[in-house]
Amino acid sequence: MTLSPALFLSVFAAAAPALAQTAVPLPAPLPNASPSGPPGGPAAACPRIDVPYTQFQLANGLNVILHEDHTVPLVAVDVWFRVGSAREKPGRTGLAHLFEHILFEGSSHVKPGEFDKLLEGVGGDTDGSTNNDRTNYYEVLPANALELALFLESDRMGFLLDVLSPARVDQQRDVVKNERRQRIENQPYGSASIRIEEEVFPAGHPYHSPVIGSMEDLTAATHDDVAAFFRSFYSPVNASLVVSGDFQTEEARRRVESWFSDVAAGPRPPVLAAAPAVLAAEKRVTLEDRVQLPRLYMAWITPAQFHPGDEALDLLSSVLASGKNSRLYKRLVYDLQIAQDVSAVQDSRALGSMFLIAVTAREGHTLTEIERIVQEELDRVKREPPSARELERAVNQYEAGFYRALERNRDKADLLNAYDMEAGRPDYFNEDLARHRALDGRDVQSIARRQLPDDARVVLSVVPTGKTPLAATGAKGGSR
Amino acid sequence: MSLRSLPGILAAIVLFAFSLEGAAAPPDRSKPPQPGPAVPLRLPETSRLKLSNGIPVFLVERHKVPLAQVLVVLRGGASADPASRPGLASLTADLLDRGAGTRSALEISDLADTLGASVTAGAGWDTSSVGINVPVARLSEAIALLSDLVRNPTFPGEELERVRQERLTEMVQWKDDPAEIAVTAFARAVYGAHPYGRRPEGNPASMRSVTREDVRRYHAARYTPGAAAIVAVGDLRATEMLALLDRAFGSWSAGAPSPVSAPPAAPQISGRRIILVDKPDAPQSQIWIGRVGPPRSTPDYFALMVANTILGGSFTSRLNHNLRETKGYSYGAFSQFDYRISTGPFLASAAVQTDKTGPSLTEFFKELEAIREDVPADELARARNYTALRYPAGFETDAQVAGRVRDQFVYGLPDDYFNTYVSRIQAVTAAEVRRVTSQWIDPKNCAIVIVGDRRKIEPQVAALHLGPLTVRSIDEVLDVKGKSPNP
Repeated sequence: MTLSPALFLSVFAAAAPALAQTAVPLPAPLPNASPSGPPGGPAAACPRIDVPYTQFQLANGLNVILHEDHTVPLVAVDVWFRVGSAREKPGRTGLAHLFEHILFEGSSHVKPGEFDKLLEGVGGDTDGSTNNDRTNYYEVLPANALELALFLESDRMGFLLDVLSPARVDQQRDVVKNERRQRIENQPYGSASIRIEEEVFPAGHPYHSPVIGSMEDLTAATHDDVAAFFRSFYSPVNASLVVSGDFQTEEARRRVESWFSDVAAGPRPPVLAAAPAVLAAEKRVTLEDRVQLPRLYMAWITPAQFHPGDEALDLLSSVLASGKNSRLYKRLVYDLQIAQDVSAVQDSRALGSMFLIAVTAREGHTLTEIERIVQEELDRVKREPPSARELERAVNQYEAGFYRALERNRDKADLLNAYDMEAGRPDYFNEDLARHRALDGRDVQSIARRQLPDDARVVLSVVPTGKTPLAATGAKGGSR
Repeated sequence: MSLRSLPGILAAIVLFAFSLEGAAAPPDRSKPPQPGPAVPLRLPETSRLKLSNGIPVFLVERHKVPLAQVLVVLRGGASADPASRPGLASLTADLLDRGAGTRSALEISDLADTLGASVTAGAGWDTSSVGINVPVARLSEAIALLSDLVRNPTFPGEELERVRQERLTEMVQWKDDPAEIAVTAFARAVYGAHPYGRRPEGNPASMRSVTREDVRRYHAARYTPGAAAIVAVGDLRATEMLALLDRAFGSWSAGAPSPVSAPPAAPQISGRRIILVDKPDAPQSQIWIGRVGPPRSTPDYFALMVANTILGGSFTSRLNHNLRETKGYSYGAFSQFDYRISTGPFLASAAVQTDKTGPSLTEFFKELEAIREDVPADELARARNYTALRYPAGFETDAQVAGRVRDQFVYGLPDDYFNTYVSRIQAVTAAEVRRVTSQWIDPKNCAIVIVGDRRKIEPQVAALHLGPLTVRSIDEVLDVKGKSPNP
């Protein structure tokens, strides 16, 4: 096999039917010598990221993106459906995720149980994931077996309902209920994220209910509900296929065109419209759980993925909680030693994101103590911009993490799909990196001021069962 | 997620071109398309070099993303911890970036973050490893830092106290997590007082009593050039990389390493015993069934890989198919052999809904018996293919490759190991599978650990008459108040 650098050069996007084979490989400007400037200083060179791809649309509306990477003789086939839990109706939560199970149970030309057997027989792995906005389904398999994945994906996209039996659905309901028990109910702090979403996004908002669904709804969904959901959202016009790996584009294109040619177009779902969620006040909630240590969560509604402010919040999360010198870690864990861990994340989503801080208290410390310090640090970052060094740390970490996400075909395929779906084109890599690199301390300060108000947030205290006095009582709270 | 790739599975290679003709004709869905011809995977070559002081260096050039992974590996891990100090190897590794050379913990973290570097230091059963993953533009600073962490840690007393509290708190948090409770109880049930009966992280008593002097002595004895190897993978050039490494590590001299002897082979379990750990109100029960398995050096390795794929090492494996796909009792069931220098465990496990704990145990034992019989040819062929042909998926990232090269060093695997793996797996016969399963999977002689709601599950378990049942509390298992580090 030839090792060909996958990341350098030459992008060609062809939305037109004809292949725009205009790839002109450019030498990659990868600096291998050590820079003479200060470690990690702004002088450190940043190679341009180019992920060459070919994009086209089939007659039935399926969006297709192909990216060659010959590093390892593998391919990743990654199908995104633009459907997540946000599309579910009240009383029928969990359907998008239930499909993430049902779609492995067979289709007209794939007998029950055969989906996984066929893939394992060629050395392939497969899985899927569901969030609020989309579901993804992927196979990672040896490059010579690409066609098998195309057969399986096209068959379940086009020919699932004919053979979908109530018994198969019921069987997977049981599995999903056990998934819920394992990941939520029998998991310390497992219910916290569900409760936070309920509080942050009001009833009626598409993000109000949990992705995995409620036990009641999982039981209540009828076979007709399940089938109707599939008919509404799992057609080629609502899907995108990325193939990343060791193949020749022309050949792969022919194979994709062939295998998906008999999949009917299906209805185009209406655009999902949702009034922006608004928190009008600070909400304080306490949740008892079978845990030893209390944990404080703070959540705010923030700008949607790739919208202005999203990137500054990424860096703010790093300034607050990434590394020993980050503001919250250093105060709470390193200096005061009253917390076991801290985290902060801009949880980016299509209809509006959530910025989340979580801190676990050490034994003998209350969440009121913790909250006071968190509040001091929030006040400080709003009062004065983070230093240049803090920004440099955050940006450089972001950049390195970004490269790491480009190592595996599966991750790259997901990024191509995500950029295409949410940023409007697959090759948004450099823009994504650039929007983070362009920021300075004042941007981070101002996003904290605008997006993390004290009077419009959710403060959740998770406390050991029976120990509600450990909950955070707020700035005006006592100092017990 | 649906947990389709089960944990604890390894794998293998191949490649091809398709035989393609024709264009968008309607597809023939009457039968699944067959794969094209396989071409053996050839990995980028590993350059085997030495620094001026003799430290072996393994370099793999991969020009894919502008990153490199550099790993310093030291023979001797948690299984060589002194009996009175379980957790010492792990604690020592954890403290390396808490003070080294002239830098404090905060200064090290500041530098690493500024370099965009991810530093990992830890101890497994057989090795300690210190790694750095960094954009290649900042490689030279990163290697200088790595060298400081390995060679010149200062182990400040106040940092030891910080880490001590962090670890003791973590051990308190284990009480919340049924999997943490189960892994602790399982090790003890299978190995008793053998080093593998402990957890690599140690226990509350050892963490309370360990001293700075213990850590310094451990470092002096184990972090020596004679025990070390360096693995570097990524967007680098071998000659430049070797020069950088030699500058950072070539002058490292120290006495010969204290000899690390592998732990003795553990005595096999005889009979069946059940440990039931009470976790009131748990909606699921953790079931862990196992016994002593073979060491990494076993000649049965390839046959066992295939056998385990069939039993519980893949999504279509018998355990997962039965407990998840047929019965719906669980989100996933799996089995694995945990290969170590000495005799690591065999484990079959699942988290099952509380009211199906008894029926799940029945299914586990059905499968553990059945795997000792002849395996049908199509099932064997699928397992061989799965185990062999997914091998390249373990070579996608620099860190994956570095980990595999490290294992090659630690377990003394031959230079051509990666390139012969596929054919060795494909050569496994039905007779070999039967022989190794009869030898290593013995459901009549095994430990059964169950963590769940005793009130609801004890009657279900007792009714099966699998063996003597001992009930333990979570505090007993985790030895939360334990005075002795080696009870």
